[in-house]
Amino acid sequence: MFGLNKQDTTLLIVVAILALFAPFILNPFPEGSAMAQFNAGYPDLMQRFVIFGIFAIGFNILFGLTGYLSFGHAAFLGVGSYAAIWMMKLLTMNVIPAIIISVIVAGLISFLVGWISLRRSGIYFSILTLAFAMMMYQLAYSDLFGQLFGGVLTGGETGLQPKVSDPRILDAALAEGATPKAHLFGLEMGASHKMNVGAWSFTFNAGYYIAAAAMLAAFYLSIRIFRSPFGMMLRSVKSNQHRLNYTGLNPKPYTLAAFVISGMYAGLAGGLLVAMDTQVGAERMFWTASGEVVIMTILGGAGTLIGPVLGSGLLKYMENILSKINKSVLESWFSFMPDGLSDFFIAITNLFVGKQWHITTGVIFMLVIIFVPGGLVELGKRIGARFSRKKEPNNTDGSAKAEPAE
Amino acid sequence: MGILEVKGVNKRFGGLQALGDVNLSVKENSVHAIIGPNGAGKSTLLNCLVGKLIPDTGSVMFNGQSVLGRKPYEINQMGISRVFQTPEIFGDLTVRENMMIPIFAKRDGAFRMHAIKDMLKEREIVDAADHMLEEMNMADKHGMHASSMSRGDKRRLEIGMCLAQEPKLLLLDEPTAGMARADTNNTIDLLKQISDERDITIAIIEHDMHVVFSLANRITVLAQGTPLVEDDPENIKGNPKVREAYLGETA
Amino acid sequence: MDAIILQILNGLDKGSAYALIALGLTLIFGTLGVVNFAHGALFMIGAFCAVTLNKILTLSHTVIDPTKTDFLGNPAKIQVPYVYDIFGESAGASIIDWSVPLAIFFAIPVMIAIGFIMERGLIKHFYKRPHADQILVTFGLAIVLQEVIKYYYGANPIPTPAPAAFKGSFDFGAMLGFDPNVIIYPYWRLVYFCFAALIIGAVFAFLQFTTFGMVVRAGMADRETVGLLGIDIDKRFTIMFGLAAAVAGLAGVMYGPINAPNYHMGMDFLVLSFVVVVVGGMGSLPGAVAAGFLLGILESFASMREVIAFIPGINQVIIYLVAIIILLTRPRGLMGRKGVMED
Repeated sequence: MFGLNKQDTTLLIVVAILALFAPFILNPFPEGSAMAQFNAGYPDLMQRFVIFGIFAIGFNILFGLTGYLSFGHAAFLGVGSYAAIWMMKLLTMNVIPAIIISVIVAGLISFLVGWISLRRSGIYFSILTLAFAMMMYQLAYSDLFGQLFGGVLTGGETGLQPKVSDPRILDAALAEGATPKAHLFGLEMGASHKMNVGAWSFTFNAGYYIAAAAMLAAFYLSIRIFRSPFGMMLRSVKSNQHRLNYTGLNPKPYTLAAFVISGMYAGLAGGLLVAMDTQVGAERMFWTASGEVVIMTILGGAGTLIGPVLGSGLLKYMENILSKINKSVLESWFSFMPDGLSDFFIAITNLFVGKQWHITTGVIFMLVIIFVPGGLVELGKRIGARFSRKKEPNNTDGSAKAEPAE
Repeated sequence: MGILEVKGVNKRFGGLQALGDVNLSVKENSVHAIIGPNGAGKSTLLNCLVGKLIPDTGSVMFNGQSVLGRKPYEINQMGISRVFQTPEIFGDLTVRENMMIPIFAKRDGAFRMHAIKDMLKEREIVDAADHMLEEMNMADKHGMHASSMSRGDKRRLEIGMCLAQEPKLLLLDEPTAGMARADTNNTIDLLKQISDERDITIAIIEHDMHVVFSLANRITVLAQGTPLVEDDPENIKGNPKVREAYLGETA
Repeated sequence: MDAIILQILNGLDKGSAYALIALGLTLIFGTLGVVNFAHGALFMIGAFCAVTLNKILTLSHTVIDPTKTDFLGNPAKIQVPYVYDIFGESAGASIIDWSVPLAIFFAIPVMIAIGFIMERGLIKHFYKRPHADQILVTFGLAIVLQEVIKYYYGANPIPTPAPAAFKGSFDFGAMLGFDPNVIIYPYWRLVYFCFAALIIGAVFAFLQFTTFGMVVRAGMADRETVGLLGIDIDKRFTIMFGLAAAVAGLAGVMYGPINAPNYHMGMDFLVLSFVVVVVGGMGSLPGAVAAGFLLGILESFASMREVIAFIPGINQVIIYLVAIIILLTRPRGLMGRKGVMED
């Protein structure tokens, strides 16, 4: 179906079903129960799942296929966000032009950055992208261009948001005191429908479904790229650039194309972030944000199709859930233990939850790099291989090697 | 006039004269071996032919066109393919994919964006790759990861990938280095077969005299960066200068 | 002229920190072939060594001072640091006052120990892995270290004052014969620069004049050959890692009085130090030091009021801009050698 083979079609359909029913799947616990804090079916969290999924899917096209490790992709996400905000300020609050422009602008900027950075490879490439991203962050943070021309481009520290007084030439003027709201031909992004079934409550949010549709399209495109001759060339760049050169192929345009495509994915994610929450600040361009997409991609499995989707979901889920667990929650968990023991366990676990959830991500990330460089996908395969080996003792190969294009 | 003409090539690395006034003419459809003791400049010469190094002076003409200043991939597209000392293949890709890449390169040139098309639906490419694999006697291995093959098979695959581009000149850099005797003989047979059946010129750098004398119909002896003599194999064997400079040492 | 000298002086302290971190990074690059993203965290931990020592020294117990009364008329309770009890009040007070320089002796063993643990426990397993994996695992480690420090010390910067003797500034311009009050320079920045210069000198002397250093330099030039000589290069490289960690840590210890240590100072300096290493030339120790000072001074010039009035915000981007230009025009950096980390 859709020009995909059977396996890929199944994968796409599974992801589509998960996305469609996410409000149910992510809210397994009844409202008000002790476990309700582990529910993740809130519109803004679900939106972040799919938007960062797009970001990671795009990053994977560059890093997973070509092996070029960019440490500056958050810059393109930020550029996309700023572009989208400007569309909302100047043109209309409809999200379509905002998203289109965010992809285009991010594509242009990533072309420029990629064209220069790809003159070097390896660690130099990583540091060049890092330098570019930090430069763009600083430019946005101090609004250098805005100051230079006596206007506002990024709004500096305060960032940008649509105001009633903005021109918005396609929209009717808003009443004084109204807040401009992002919409898709009148359907507001914030519009939600709540459904109560017994003790459970499920929220269906317009913005989430629009973002999820974009994610599915992005995922579909990434499958097509993986299976295309272009995708194979990108994998060959990672595998052996030397041989590629001596096979009459020029690696540079291939890597640049991959860089720009992943930059456009980042721009799409940035545009969608603005569509869901109409504001932008420079902090989303900071280099640690670039590090986050690297973590997501690797956590799930770089170079695999589903890996980045899993990785971004897991990371955003951990961020949300772990940061909610505080000391009093821990105390209630360990209350069954004798005092001294429970204090000990609380002290240990407290290091990994609440505001310290970054420690957990860092530790998990390190463990993944050390033991399962192929991420969750490789882990799943290893476990699968272990089970199948028990059934067929003659399978000595035990191949846990990550297929580059699963 | 040979297909490859090297004239007055000099290359210095700092104080070291790696190549000194090298002249070389490789005739079309010949098997030309370049031999010489370690440090004679064989690899440097080879790197000058494929664009990895640029000579300080001199000219390298291939098929009447200069290769100097061109990038490796451009020189490759002129019709020079290179086989490396340790097989350079795409280890993470399957054997069939390895074979498809040079065929794509031949059809589409240095870059073409086929980002949406399914590579397995490019029937002509897949068929050509499978055909080439059959010719190399590795059709049964098409689904394997190239990195998991034996060294002999990797070498076979690499040679096949070069041939798939239908080059005019095939350069081999010690193709049997580190191989067991049986693998070496297989490789010799393969290269013989290639040179007999195809319209191709082969230039080979080799240490192993058994390989050289089984294959070559023309030999250049390089010593200290300069060609000592260029002749037919029979004459080389009997040449006292060569014996002294090279054969005597290894015998 | 005086303005130029002032900016050069202002650039020296940041430049010193860049140079010291970049020196350690380069040592690790050159010897172990590892790209260490956790090196900034070592700098940060060094700074927190000073904070910790200060906390230890000011540990106090409460005594009732009968000679004073609080506002309710009760005898006043005052906090007396234990060091007062041990060394007497005046000696104890000066020990606390000098806690930052004293922290050097505290930091050296701590940092070497951390370096050894890092190398033996983690980095060692990554020698054969791709550079991308090394970057990633050390990046993960940097996050963990930074967040652990944040957990224990809080998110706010912790002031660590210099000894009273070095507080304040002096009129450097007057000493050079310029008008008074033009070039005012804080004492501690001068101390920091001299300290950095001393350490850089010591590292170079160590590499130049000891057999150990000779082997390490040979290893940096060609690791395989040295391995063939039968020298146990791995052990030496572990020691090198400890040394690099100590250098970064010492840079951090003494930096406290210039900028109050916070948990993210490591990451802030790391990115810039990488830029410094690349500009200086990957694998070149003199390059790292030269580029460190150069970029520090450049940054200081770019933050002059006249320059900022002309191009606002340039001080924030100048380093990156220069790095990009240098990398594109001189791909190996200012003093990089051919063949180092080319792929």
